[in-house]
Amino acid sequence: MTRTRHSNFLGNLDWFTVCLWLILCLIGWFNIRAAVYDPENPALFNLSANDGKQALFIFTAIVLGFCILIIDQRFFISMTPFFYILVILLLIAVLGIGRSVGGNQAWIPLGTFRLQPSEFAKLGTCLLLAYYLNTQSNKMPNLQTLVIGACIVLLPFCLVLLQKDTGSALVFLSLVFVFYREGYVGTNLLIIAGLAILFFVLALLYNQWILILILALITTLLFFLLGKKKKYIMSLLLFFVASSVYILSVDYIFNNILKPHQRGRIDVVLGKLDDPRDLGYQLTQSKIAIGSGQLFGKGYLQGTQTKYNFVPEQSTDFIICTVGEEWGFVGTAVLILLYLTLLIRIVNIAERQKTVFARTYAYGVASILFFHFFINIGMTIGFVPVIGIPLPFISYGGSSLWSFTILLFLLLRFDSARKGLSPY
Amino acid sequence: MNNSFFERKYVILGVFIGLAILILVRLFYIQVLDDSYRLSADNNVLRKINIYPARGVILDRNGKILVQNEPVYDIMVTPREVKDLDTALLCQLLNIDLKGFETRMQKAKAHSSYRSSTFEKMVSSETYAQLQEHLYKFKGFYALNRTVRSYPDSIAAQFLGYIQEVNEKDIERSKGFYRSGDYIGASGVERSYEELLRGQRGVKNLMVDVLGRPKGSFMDGKYDTLAVSGDGLVSSLDRDLQILAEKLMKNKMGSVVAIEPATGEILTFVSSPGYNPNLMVGRERGNNYMKLLHDPTKPLFIRPIQASYPPGSVFKVVSALTAQQAGIITPQTIFNCPGGYRYGGGRGFMRCTHVDGPTDLIKSIQRSCNTYYGHVYARMIDSRGMPAPKAYELWREGLGKFGLGHTLGIDLPGEKGGMVPSADFYTKRYGNEKWGSSFNISLSIGQGELGITPLQMANLMAIVANRGFYYRPHLIKGIGERQIIKEEYTEKMWAGVDEKHYEPVIEGMSRAVSSGTAAGSKIKDIEMCGKTGTVQNPHGENHAVFFAFAPRHDPKIAIAVFVENAGYGGTWAAPIASMLVEQHLKDTITLPKYIQDRIYNANLLPKTAPKPTPQEAKVSTTASNSEDRGQASSTDHTSNLLVHHSQIRRHHD
Repeated sequence: MTRTRHSNFLGNLDWFTVCLWLILCLIGWFNIRAAVYDPENPALFNLSANDGKQALFIFTAIVLGFCILIIDQRFFISMTPFFYILVILLLIAVLGIGRSVGGNQAWIPLGTFRLQPSEFAKLGTCLLLAYYLNTQSNKMPNLQTLVIGACIVLLPFCLVLLQKDTGSALVFLSLVFVFYREGYVGTNLLIIAGLAILFFVLALLYNQWILILILALITTLLFFLLGKKKKYIMSLLLFFVASSVYILSVDYIFNNILKPHQRGRIDVVLGKLDDPRDLGYQLTQSKIAIGSGQLFGKGYLQGTQTKYNFVPEQSTDFIICTVGEEWGFVGTAVLILLYLTLLIRIVNIAERQKTVFARTYAYGVASILFFHFFINIGMTIGFVPVIGIPLPFISYGGSSLWSFTILLFLLLRFDSARKGLSPY
Repeated sequence: MNNSFFERKYVILGVFIGLAILILVRLFYIQVLDDSYRLSADNNVLRKINIYPARGVILDRNGKILVQNEPVYDIMVTPREVKDLDTALLCQLLNIDLKGFETRMQKAKAHSSYRSSTFEKMVSSETYAQLQEHLYKFKGFYALNRTVRSYPDSIAAQFLGYIQEVNEKDIERSKGFYRSGDYIGASGVERSYEELLRGQRGVKNLMVDVLGRPKGSFMDGKYDTLAVSGDGLVSSLDRDLQILAEKLMKNKMGSVVAIEPATGEILTFVSSPGYNPNLMVGRERGNNYMKLLHDPTKPLFIRPIQASYPPGSVFKVVSALTAQQAGIITPQTIFNCPGGYRYGGGRGFMRCTHVDGPTDLIKSIQRSCNTYYGHVYARMIDSRGMPAPKAYELWREGLGKFGLGHTLGIDLPGEKGGMVPSADFYTKRYGNEKWGSSFNISLSIGQGELGITPLQMANLMAIVANRGFYYRPHLIKGIGERQIIKEEYTEKMWAGVDEKHYEPVIEGMSRAVSSGTAAGSKIKDIEMCGKTGTVQNPHGENHAVFFAFAPRHDPKIAIAVFVENAGYGGTWAAPIASMLVEQHLKDTITLPKYIQDRIYNANLLPKTAPKPTPQEAKVSTTASNSEDRGQASSTDHTSNLLVHHSQIRRHHD
């Protein structure tokens, strides 16, 4: 183990990703400015307004990113378990002393800013998971590793769930991609997860007995198509019974486990509840904002939905509305392609890593970013229920910007060090 | 390093790319393919604010205001924004009770809790001044300014008319010009000049934020239109004369119409009992309207143009003129008056109030000799070398030229034309064409089936004053800034009698005033030509009538005064006319104070619930083909008619 080339780290840096990151941050700033823009008071720079604050956040994020890049990656790796413990403690602390904002008890007040530990919990969990799987890399994937790995993820998941912040909690589940990539879970699981979501939606929309009947028909059909082989009988039967039990239990889950506002949001997405004034209001206004942008948008600072605050939470979770309204489909398409480029780039970075740690960490980063990206945009156009999670780098908020920046720049730091020796 | 699952990279990338494409497709659909969101966004942000134009102001002939606009305030409420409301204070300021408050709130909520709706309509500026100080405390409430009509002198209600909110029919008829909540002229000048007075509504496209707060104009006002105020009208009415006339007619039932003969402009237009036009404005309008509607004295009835009376004495003036024109008589023609006119082979007798012996034309007018006009009518109908019905039609045609039997075309809605029955009417009644003057001799002295409105009577006086022509009487002499007058009111109407025939008649009328029945009402230094008359009223006390014009040379005013159920024309109608004429010509009143006071203080309104109005009574008399009717008039036909002259009461055999 020699001293790695600190002098050369900038040369090894993946500048392409840095550029993407900066572009996304700037897109974010311009759209936050549009979202909080008050035509009667068009001051350009105001530190008490969200656009001013976000500029400050971006600046500090750049400093933060630079610091991460100049610090030895082994420091971060060695600090991983402590960092995880710290965020877990913060998550517990927030349950006690946290300030409730918008129904979620997820904030710790720090002077004028508020810290949201769940944002950093994603980072800590992602790091520790990579750290742990790295230690198991000399073995074939086994159940024990999977269970311990799952526990690493589920502990913060449960704590965030207790904060009543379901959206942020669900983000942890996206790490299933990491397990998948490393072979701990099979393709079957992805299919089963997909079917579970499909059946859940269908069971809410249609009569469950009719669904079971259709399922029975499909099972029978499959049996004959597969050539009546005995070895399929058991698995088909299992599939049928499990699906039926699941479908029958959906009602119970829906009515007894989900909270009323969650039920409402799901109903709105499924079109069962058409109440543009109440639960569906946010979604309706969000769709109007995006849809009214048409192909080329209304022009910067010209969006009436945006300017006159028709969409609640527009600078944070619904920032895509501003993009959609003022820049049109061209704007949203560019944004989505930028994201997709970033995600593909991260996957490529992941695959070129020499350590399981760096690779799994990279997949963790990709999973988290993708989940945020898909759910956030999906909810604004009515694909998924309204789950309050920010659009990384774009949405307003210090905690979110910093934690995503750290998430990404740690990856870049590990990547720039890959040409050196193994960190261990 | 374990990297045996590297191919799963493609599955993961596939999921990423697949879902991103899904989002792109969905975005393409709602942004590019579906246009409805654009519309929804505009609906969200656009508020069309109607700008109500000021309705045209109406001035009198001297530029004094008859109708103007006064600001009132509609109190609006947006239920969702109402917070921490001091209900008691609001109720107190608006003068409503708690129950009223709750009903209003319920109504507003039922409309929409996000949009504003009217909480209280037409709050006066006095009430609003008090409310305004506290308005900041009432979150969710705001005031909307609009204007209502206001009448500074509370006069000329039936002439000016009133406005009211449009109903479904009005909206339909206007092909969408009016919208619910708009006002439309419902009677009087407000109605006949509605299209000029109303102006053009403007629209302002405002952008509002999510809370409905205005945020500036849409597209820099590209689609805004300005409100155009309604045209102002200059009325021919003389405010001071109108005030005096209404004061004189107080507690009396009847009409006063004064016309400027040279132009046909109406100087005074009184229908009594009237009402205060300010009652038809504001929050109490509905109640007031119902009260007026059910008032037994019928204040909403426009007597000068809708009441129709038998003309009585004034008709002799017309008879004298048409007979001269027809060559039947000359001023020198003399008939003997033995105290009455015997007709129908001696079976009928139409009495005079006097026994004057030989009577010429001037005297016949001065003394209002029934006998004389019995003879004139007999010649007119029976001795023209043609069948009576044909002669009658000729005579009737002459009356038409004097404006009788048809509407004069005044610029007010609801004008009635009075009544001059056609020859067919009598032919039908008597079963054949073999009828003559003796069958309807009462027409000769303006009784029987004839009907005349006070306006027609005043117009007759104007014709006499002009010696042969008139302009259609009208109330609006100038429209808009350019003071345009409607063309039909500039057309000289010839009454069909040559100028030379007027002098004897005028002389007779002059003498009637100077030494006749209205002698008590003559005016110093002014030669007034006129006559008293008494109109038979089968339902009670006769109606007192006086008609006149003055001065004799270069007449400035022609006037007709009707006082219902008053009895004596000389006692009631003549002094009223005299005062008005003098006021108009000399701006003073020299009539003895005790007479003035007697007029001012008299209450001649019917004590009990009144009988049907003359107009309604007339309707039943003109039901031409009824059996009853035939009988009734044949009774008339054979009875001794004792007509007029203020001293004499009607009397039956």
